[in-house]
Amino acid sequence: MNIELILFGAFALLTLLSAGTVIFARSPINSAMALVSTFFFLAGLYVLLWAHTVAVLQVMVYAGAIMVLFLFVIMLLNLGESPSRGRPTLARIVGGAATLGLLAVLGIALSKLPGGPPPSLGVEGQATFGTMATMGQVVFTQWLLPFEAVSLLLLVAMVGAVVVAKSRI
Amino acid sequence: MAAQVVAREAPNRPMVPISYYLLLAAALFCMGMFGVMVRRNALVIFMCVELMLNAANLTFLAFARMHGDSVGHVSAFFVIAVAAAEAAIGLAIVIAVFRSRGSVLVEDIRTMKH
Repeated sequence: MNIELILFGAFALLTLLSAGTVIFARSPINSAMALVSTFFFLAGLYVLLWAHTVAVLQVMVYAGAIMVLFLFVIMLLNLGESPSRGRPTLARIVGGAATLGLLAVLGIALSKLPGGPPPSLGVEGQATFGTMATMGQVVFTQWLLPFEAVSLLLLVAMVGAVVVAKSRI
Repeated sequence: MAAQVVAREAPNRPMVPISYYLLLAAALFCMGMFGVMVRRNALVIFMCVELMLNAANLTFLAFARMHGDSVGHVSAFFVIAVAAAEAAIGLAIVIAVFRSRGSVLVEDIRTMKH
């Protein structure tokens, strides 16, 4: 047992537990809080994968901005606990079963992947892999157009959200 | 500095296989999909979609680590940006629907069905 395996196990277990709480909590507030903790534990997993920058972005954008948006909407709509689970319709039963089938197929497919630890990054790779500088170099040399397209997408989403949510323009 | 590097490069350091991360991502994706299928509250359905996007991100980062390639990190960054846009628009739609129907349960929204 080494520390990396212990950390992975703890983060993986806590991620799955929080995700289960998101799905099964009765009140939307509890779901949102469980979603925050899911994002934090996932950020821990990202650090284990040597992706520090994405882990920081995860905490800032997801656990910060997106969750505030969710909580604000829950407060705005004044949602309480859902009155009942509702009757299980055919679509819901089939959907749940299909999800279990998908999990089984994915599990079989992924278990056939070659096991073993990933290749070592090397001394130089450990110093540069996953840093903001490396990511920025890739973004601004190979992926400049998609990056600009994303900024346009965010602008459109911002304007669209105001137009859709405003009652009278 | 040199001592630190030597300590980090200890020989035969056992590491977590990438397939564990991929299996975890698959489980997380399926949990999100299960939530989308069975929940009725539109807000919780959005949260489950976020779970699925995060599972995709975890897969991107796992493969980036496996190949030592930063493009996976950039893809995850784009996914985060798209998720932010999706959350903003989706929640605006939820507010608009709640304003006109007084409910966020997806079974109450079926004007287009008839």
